[in-house]
Amino acid sequence: MSEPLVLGIESSCDETGVGIVRGQEILANEVASSVDQHARFGGVVPEIASRAHLEAIGPTLERALATAGIDPSELDGVAVTSGPGLMGALAVGVAAAKALAYAWNKPLYGVNHLAAHVLVDELDHGPLPLPALALLVSGGHTQLLKVEDLLTGITEIGTTIDDAAGEAYDKVARVLGLAYPGGPVIDKAAQQGDPRAIAFPRGLTARHDLAKHRFDFSFSGLKTAVTRWVELAERDGREVPVNDVSASFQEAVADVLSAKAVDACRFHEVDTLVLGGGVAANSRLRGLLEERCGDAGITLRRPRPGLCTDNGVMIAALGVEVIRHGGRPSPADLGADAGLPVSRVLV
Amino acid sequence: MTVLAIDTSTDVRVAVADGPTVLARATEHDTRSHVEQLVPLIRRALEQAALDLARIDLIVVGMGPGPFTGLRVGIATAQALAIADAIPLRRVCSLDVLALTGVRTLSPADRAEGFLTCTDARRKEVYWARYDAAGVRDGEPRVGPPDALPDLPIIGPGVAAYPQLGNRGTVEAVDAGLLATRGTELPEVGASPLYLRRPDAAVPTRRKSALALPQRPGAARPRIRRRPA
Ligand SMILES: [Zn+2]
Repeated sequence: MSEPLVLGIESSCDETGVGIVRGQEILANEVASSVDQHARFGGVVPEIASRAHLEAIGPTLERALATAGIDPSELDGVAVTSGPGLMGALAVGVAAAKALAYAWNKPLYGVNHLAAHVLVDELDHGPLPLPALALLVSGGHTQLLKVEDLLTGITEIGTTIDDAAGEAYDKVARVLGLAYPGGPVIDKAAQQGDPRAIAFPRGLTARHDLAKHRFDFSFSGLKTAVTRWVELAERDGREVPVNDVSASFQEAVADVLSAKAVDACRFHEVDTLVLGGGVAANSRLRGLLEERCGDAGITLRRPRPGLCTDNGVMIAALGVEVIRHGGRPSPADLGADAGLPVSRVLV
Repeated sequence: MTVLAIDTSTDVRVAVADGPTVLARATEHDTRSHVEQLVPLIRRALEQAALDLARIDLIVVGMGPGPFTGLRVGIATAQALAIADAIPLRRVCSLDVLALTGVRTLSPADRAEGFLTCTDARRKEVYWARYDAAGVRDGEPRVGPPDALPDLPIIGPGVAAYPQLGNRGTVEAVDAGLLATRGTELPEVGASPLYLRRPDAAVPTRRKSALALPQRPGAARPRIRRRPA
């Protein structure tokens, strides 16, 4: 049997992605980002993102079709992020996908964005040994997932109780007068700094927190601590050591994320950890995870950077998986669900 | 010429026409289910008209003004259908469709000085535009409080939302049938929706001071460690 050919659309946050995948093979991966338009606000503005999606969806789709060089009649289905994400942003992608599926007379699959982040790694590294754990870290999400089955068995075992890790990066970058988004610039500054210069707090790692929040995260206290530290330094007329603050902040984030991920793998007796989301590109998080997973005998898997951030390929790849397993198409009244739980991979 | 008309500036409205004849209309009144209902309505209308999408010569879409998320659903759908089947797309102002109804329903005497079209913009405001007696739009569509409207007859669903407009207004819905049969007569607008409002987003000015916050246990104290040279 020939491999399923699927077009996938992603529009849950600030990237408009259209990907075309045949089996394991990526035929097109077109992404338009509105990141520059959010820069002066220091974070993603939902309405600006939604406007940008509408502007970008047509051209991105046309580029993807041209790059893949396929005829839509060859497609086995159209997949789209139904949630979770920003409502207005999701609505643009779902509307476009529904129209395409109808026009081309193809089945439509509304799928879960988080599950797609996990599954996309299979394009680079082959089948994921199950059970596995996934650590998804980006500006929009910070989650630990247990994956027993890619379509029916994903459960959230931990999440942030306040800010996403990527948001903390953005806010700290702002406090330090660095550019938006904060991830890459803080990572760069941190290379020149001392990660032990300042002992910033590690959220939800105290004994009394672990009882209830063993695998959960909190970055709001860390963000406040950095802000406070910088303001005190400024008040006292000391020069703020941007590189040291960046390195120490980054160390705190990477320390908590990697420690909890490895602890979760041990607790759930899982020996494979998949990384996903934009923050997966962070050099310190990667380094520390490699070290700690190595020590614990856990295999760390991470898709190439272009597949870690939001894209249409991961949605198409999940569509391929759904078709391979005979998943039923989504109902005609498919909508967007901002709070779609990760347990619902196919809507 | 066969035309598919889509307007989601108020609720969800679809029609199919062949030249001057409306073949099918489909409407969803729930204003919170644009994504869910639009494509099923299009399918139903085309089935009723006994036409395949591939047989449609033109898609006409209302570009607003209207509540943003629903508006974008109609435009994204129209655009994707147009790309999928290489169908030409014409973009018009949704208030201009109401003006077609205005010319039909208001007597020449009533609209001698011109008239207005108006839809609900929420937040105690309306979207509106002004037309001459022949139904030609005078200026750009606007958004503002209902009390600021010129003293002229008003056509549109906005009338129902604001009692103070009632005495000179007629509640009429955006007629997708008119959009389908006469959309080609309406002026084209640009590729961007008629948002008329800027996104709600404030540029952060001064950051909030964290110094006023109580010191929490475990919070970092300023303490610079010298790096080894
Ligand atoms: Zn994501």
